[in-house]
Amino acid sequence: MAPDTKHLEMTLETQVESVNLAEEMCLRVAEAAGFGEDDCYRIGMSVREGVINAFHYGNQERPEKKIHLAVDLTPDKMIIHVLDEGTGFKLSEVPDPLAEENLLSTSGRGIFLMRAFMDEFDVVPGKTGGAEIVMSKKLPAPGSSPNGDGGQSTAPHQGA
Amino acid sequence: MALHATHRDAGKVTVVDLSGRITLGDGSALLRKTVRGLLDDQRTQILLNLADVDYIDSSGIGELVSGFTAVKNRNGNLKLLHLTKKVRDLLQITKLFTVFDVFTDEGTAIRSFD
Repeated sequence: MAPDTKHLEMTLETQVESVNLAEEMCLRVAEAAGFGEDDCYRIGMSVREGVINAFHYGNQERPEKKIHLAVDLTPDKMIIHVLDEGTGFKLSEVPDPLAEENLLSTSGRGIFLMRAFMDEFDVVPGKTGGAEIVMSKKLPAPGSSPNGDGGQSTAPHQGA
Repeated sequence: MALHATHRDAGKVTVVDLSGRITLGDGSALLRKTVRGLLDDQRTQILLNLADVDYIDSSGIGELVSGFTAVKNRNGNLKLLHLTKKVRDLLQITKLFTVFDVFTDEGTAIRSFD
């Protein structure tokens, strides 16, 4: 790890409350890092979706399994890792929630939202098995708008 | 903020006033319980007022879709009123804005059920 990278990690129980806890923790880091309200919303939502994915799909809501959350704050970006203890999955096998046949599906939008809200997004095999979501957001440039988005709409990046 | 839901009748239409967050857990569960309860009472024309809902996650989106489908299956209608910007943006990027009937005026929304 680079010496100017700040690292924070926590192990979460596989329970609904962990979703809020992870969101709150990452929001505090994002705010302290200088992200504006809109970017904080996007980061918070992405963390929620990552932990929901680990809770529901990765760990199958089994309480004996853990969710591992880590945040790296580099001089350039905030990087978030969410690791589950499941069997892993391939991004290419995740159904497209925008496909006509999936529009009325009651689930399957989390990955899409993380991709839309973050600058970088990937899923890699975890070192101890399971899936590791890795996503990042560039830090706002010094002196940029309070929203930290260069004055863009609050709408997320589509098709990112 | 936890989700709160109250409902009132406007003729054959039931307006459900929601406030708070519709997220995984209690929020989604309350929305489900509210819609299913109305259907049990034969109230199949439902207008969800989301004016005070400032946050929905994928679980909440799924619950909106689930409610929409459940009401349709009872030959009813579930429509949305007063979306906040964040909720509107979410429905747009997920293409659900084209699925739901969305209104900005309550009177117009209620008349649309006729």
